[in-house]
Amino acid sequence: MKTCLVVDDSKVIRKVARHILETLDFQVSEACDGREALDACNASPPDVILLDWNMPVMSGMDFLRALRESNVPTRPKVVFCTTENGMAYIRAAIEAGADEYVMKPFDRDTIESKLQIVGLA
Amino acid sequence: MIESHLAIANPAVHPGASGAGASAGTLTVLARLLEARTGQQIASSRAWRLDVALKPLLRDREIDTLDQLVDTLLDGSDHGLGDRIIDALVNGESSFFRDQPVFDTIAQALTAIAPDHRGRVWSAGCATGQEPLSLAMMFAEAAGEGSPPELVATDVSEAALARARSGRYNQFEIQRGLPVRRMMRWFDSDGTDWTAKPELTRLIQYRQSNLVTDPAPGGRFDIILCRNVLFYLAAGAKAKVFASLAAALRPGGLLVLGAGETVIGQTDLFMPSTRYRGFYEHTDTKRRIKG
Ligand SMILES: C[S@@+](CC[C@H](N)C(=O)[O-])C[C@H]1O[C@@H](n2cnc3c(N)ncnc32)[C@H](O)[C@@H]1O
Repeated sequence: MKTCLVVDDSKVIRKVARHILETLDFQVSEACDGREALDACNASPPDVILLDWNMPVMSGMDFLRALRESNVPTRPKVVFCTTENGMAYIRAAIEAGADEYVMKPFDRDTIESKLQIVGLA
Repeated sequence: MIESHLAIANPAVHPGASGAGASAGTLTVLARLLEARTGQQIASSRAWRLDVALKPLLRDREIDTLDQLVDTLLDGSDHGLGDRIIDALVNGESSFFRDQPVFDTIAQALTAIAPDHRGRVWSAGCATGQEPLSLAMMFAEAAGEGSPPELVATDVSEAALARARSGRYNQFEIQRGLPVRRMMRWFDSDGTDWTAKPELTRLIQYRQSNLVTDPAPGGRFDIILCRNVLFYLAAGAKAKVFASLAAALRPGGLLVLGAGETVIGQTDLFMPSTRYRGFYEHTDTKRRIKG
């Protein structure tokens, strides 16, 4: 089963994302910030990470840089999932190594489509 | 055909089909209008959608019921009302790079079948433009400084075409099928919408045209996409469209249908391509090439 780590400080978003991902046959785990996500990746890297931008403790961007520099054995796909919808943010995320970008609000089609694009749905 | 319309129009057969309590006559008129203008039949399972689909138009025209809408249509006082009804009833569902592998095959096939001339591609039933724009992006990226294939896109719905020409998509539409890197390369953000850059839209010639009754765009095409259009057409209308597509396709050219569609059992003008899986070619390709 494919695995997805949902990283978002909003419980509601995590719940909605989990529900969508489970209907797409993903096994889902959750983290509330970048630090928790990094620990989760070191313990057991998922196939894909759905990553919020603004979070306490460690932002999505700091997490992504740390992840790309870390020696996490596999290279999980990273899909940003954020309300930061300006071109400058999108460009910065892609340059930092994100594979895809979801602009919130999203629906099931959005998530499914972006996961297909990164080769996972 | 008529039977199915009567079935739609009979609420006893399809409870709930009449939506806001429209009369059988009203539903029959709407179904016949749609079939006359587009060749499309309303499957009885989709009849309830008449009501849902026409709601925004009723609101816009300040009309309360479907019965009144049809009265207005028939008395001829509201010019263009028939067109608006058609716009509301056709299924214009689309997305960028729909059935992605098809696009890879198109790129590959076009190089093989049009090696020595500028390719010509027709998106027939282009809806709101995602299909021709996907082709345009792919062609422009591959062409680099050279000139990409010619792209013609047609649809019967003026409303769908107006949206296609505008190249403007909301956040949900732009995220369906379009990789973010291509979005960054080919679209500008505009509030929460995204608009295709002029350098992309200028690669596409849009035209309003009915596949059943209008002649195909001039000249022959190397590849014709007619995806998720024929599905809704009545058998007679389908036959006319296949004949028109066959005449518009260059010898050796390819026809691309939607993922769930086939020519098998529908027409003997086309047969499955042996080289390109899921694509179709003239049944008499060899004879036509020689002739
Ligand atoms: C479901 S959309 C398909 C869009 C696109 N080809 C795709 O596959 O994503 C079908 C389109 O066919 C158009 N259509 C239906 N009947 C037609 C006809 N008789 N002539 C031209 N277009 C027609 C509709 O207006 C609608 O925009």
